[in-house]
This record gives sequence, C-alpha cells and structure tokens, in this order.
Amino acid sequence: MAGANIQLDGEGRLRHFLTTDGLDRRILTEILDHAESFAVVGDRPVKKVPLLRGKTIVNLFFEASTRTRTTFEIAAKRLSADVQNLSVNLSSTTKGETLRDTLRTLEAMHCDMFIIRHASSGAAHFIARQVSPHVSVINGGDGRNAHPTQALLDMFTIRQHKPDFASLKVAIVGDVTHSRVARSDIHALKTLAVQEIRVVGPRTLIPAGIETLGVQVFNNMEAGLKDVDVVIMLRLQRERMRSALLPSEQEYFRCYGLTEERLKLAGEEVMVMHPGPINRGIEIDSRVADGERSVILQQVSNGIAIRMAVMAMIAGGKRGAA
Amino acid sequence: MTDVAFQVEEKIAEMASRLKQFLAAQHREKPLVMGIHTGGIWIAERLRRGLEIAEPLGHLNIAFYRDDFSRIGMHPRVTPSILPYAVEGRHIILVDDVLYTGRTVRAAMNEIFDYGRPASVSLAVLIDRGGHELPVQADVVGSTLLLKAGEHVKLLGPEPLVLEIRRS
Repeated sequence: MAGANIQLDGEGRLRHFLTTDGLDRRILTEILDHAESFAVVGDRPVKKVPLLRGKTIVNLFFEASTRTRTTFEIAAKRLSADVQNLSVNLSSTTKGETLRDTLRTLEAMHCDMFIIRHASSGAAHFIARQVSPHVSVINGGDGRNAHPTQALLDMFTIRQHKPDFASLKVAIVGDVTHSRVARSDIHALKTLAVQEIRVVGPRTLIPAGIETLGVQVFNNMEAGLKDVDVVIMLRLQRERMRSALLPSEQEYFRCYGLTEERLKLAGEEVMVMHPGPINRGIEIDSRVADGERSVILQQVSNGIAIRMAVMAMIAGGKRGAA
Repeated sequence: MTDVAFQVEEKIAEMASRLKQFLAAQHREKPLVMGIHTGGIWIAERLRRGLEIAEPLGHLNIAFYRDDFSRIGMHPRVTPSILPYAVEGRHIILVDDVLYTGRTVRAAMNEIFDYGRPASVSLAVLIDRGGHELPVQADVVGSTLLLKAGEHVKLLGPEPLVLEIRRS
C-alpha cells in the first residue's frame, strides 16, 4: 500500500502513524514495548514525564469521538505536551480545500503533531502528504480505512494476557464492512503472526474478498467462536439498521449477540474485547460486557499508554533537532 | 582495552563505610537507597546491604527525563522505575556507577521529585571521571579516574562486577 513508506523516515523510524498496514513486526513490537514502560506513569503521584515538553499537539477531530480524543489528550499531557482540541464540522463538498486551509492555519501556529479523526477514508494520509517536514500526523480513525492506535492497544491488551501470539485464535465479530478497527486489527494480528484470524458476521456485513487478507470467514456465530482465545466484538453502527443491511436489532442480537451461553463455546480463558462504545443488548450482553472475561476497560487504560508510546516515538530523535 | 585490576567489590565496601560516616555526620537517619539503571542498581544493592537498610531498593530509569530525547529519541526498552515507598520527607541516597557530565544525576533528581519532596538527596558514585557539565558533585566517591574525552568507562555486571576502560 502506498501509505506504508510515508510512515517511516529515512532511518526506518516512525514519522507518521497512519495505518498498521505495511508496518513490520519490529516497529509494532517496539510500540508495544514502549507502551509497557509508559503504562506505569499513570500509577505515579505525578502522572507526567517531561519527554514532549514544549511540543504542541492538535487534536483535529472532524468526527465526533469521546474516548479516542480524551485518551489522546491525556496521553499528550502525560508526556508534558501542550494540547489543543479542535472539533471541525465540515461540509463534504468543500472538504479538500477547507482541509488544506485549516492545516496551513494550524501550521502557522507552529504545531508539531496532528491527531486526525475524519469520516472519510484516506483523510489522515492526505493530511500527512500536505504537512511540512517538521509536522507529524497520527491517525485517530479515518472512515472505514484504519484506526491504528486502537489496533495497537488491542494487541497490547492481548499481549498482557496471552503473550504467545503464535498460538492464538482470534475472532473479530460484527460489522466488519464498516469497521476501521477490524481492518487495522487484522493487519496487526497478521504481522504479529497469530495462528488464526476469523471474521464472524452476517454476509451483508462482511466485505467480499476479505479472505485475501488471510482471514477465515464465518457466517455462523457458534462455529466462529469455537475454541477461540480472543473475541473482538465490533460496535454495530446503529445507523446501518435503517438501511437494508440488517433486519432488526433484536434479530441481530439473536444471531450474533455475544451471550454467556455462546461464550462457553470459546476457549476456557477467552478474552472479550470491544473498542467501545458498546451497544448493550445489541452486539453484546451486559453480563458478558461486565463479566470476568471482559477486558473492555483495560483496553481504555491501555489506550493511553499506546498513544504515549506512539507520540514519543514520533517526537523523539528527529534529525536536525537541537 | 580492559582494565580488570580495579577491585570493584572492595571499592564498594569502602564506599559503604564512608557513606555510613557521612550520614551520621549529617544526622540523616533511616535513609532510602536508589540506584540508577543499570550499573547504579548493582552498586546500590551492595550499599544497601552494607548499610543494613531493610527497606527495598529503589530502581530509577531516567530514560523519560533525558535532556537529549529530542535528538536521540526513545531508548529501545525502558524498564520502568520502581520506587517501592513514599519519598516524601525521606533521606535519599542516589547511587550511580559513573559520574561524568552530571546530566544523568540531574534527570534522576527531576524524576525523584515527581514522586515527592525528599528531606535530602545525597549522591554516591563508584567512579568520578571528571568532565562535569553541571554543578553536580558526589558526596561519596569510590575512585576518581580522570579520563580523556575519547576514553570510556563502563561497569559490567551484575556478577561479578568488572570495570572496563576503553580507548576509542
């Protein structure tokens, strides 16, 4: 993919973080290792280290988000950076032009890093190609394309509980078609060489040809959950209900909702993950979401450590820096 | 080039006894010992035993406090700092293997103060090699080796501790 090279500088170090696609195992493992070091900063009396002091980071959100924006903001502040949140409502017709102008304006304020969340696939790549050499871009989720920090926090959470990736069977369940989380997770899981990746969901929500990414497709929930070590539930984007893709929320829960009974089919030590926000009673039963197999809240905490790791790796070691 | 004639364990034993005198003279009671990753931790553990301090050793990894981060970037694998006690109001003995520019000590002090306000911080180093770039002096020094700019001193360990001097 064309986006692969733009993410690295001439010395193979992270320059932008746009997608997990095309990043090798060395880089992904490096991010996870750094996140492990940063995770403990949250337990200290002063939850701050001075690595990014004097840097200005802009959370540029063209699409609503609470946890991603908040965890990026906390992560940046724990690294002592200054953070500016900008929520931009944008009409899609003037997007290209406005985006470029917005960027120029922000660059004129001497920002060092942009965190981008955008409803259009490819927005983060587009911005990464526009910015000046000293500015870095992190993708906080673009359309259906990628959500790489979410994927890395998922990998980090898995590694905390099950460090031997090569022995893992992972099921990604739900609306894969519209999910940037699913895509980024699949690339990361492939690169980290898990034994088996399954995507589970109704035919209407699984993109055709996804097998070429090296995953197995299951349209039957019970078969898809059998003996898996990790279940990654996807949020059912309820706005899709109105389209012809799904009959009803009740019907969806009956066929693909994660219940305690279904979870018994999975491996004994199965972990239940969800990128949030969760729709209780639609894709996941409350007893499972709040149950002992759930690591959903750990994912949120880990998101801070992962975002600190990515920002620190990008900000540090710039050539020509003082 | 390696210099193995330097008796590290003996030097550390001497440091422990001088540290004891120093602490008594300064009326610093119930001190805590902290080593700077990695060589400082090995020496600190020996000093802690030598001073018969029951409280566990503090591990400081100053990677997040380095002043050359923007130039050099992240270190490959940062073992987190472990301070298994509150530093507020306590006397701290900070230990490192080599005192050179003083930047590591400065970073370590910044980190300690993020955990609380100690009553005092004293510094013990195995080797003071000169070349200080900051107003940092050790209270207890194992040995002073005035090295030239192209020379490097490194403590290998943890068992046995061997001091290596290289000329590049």
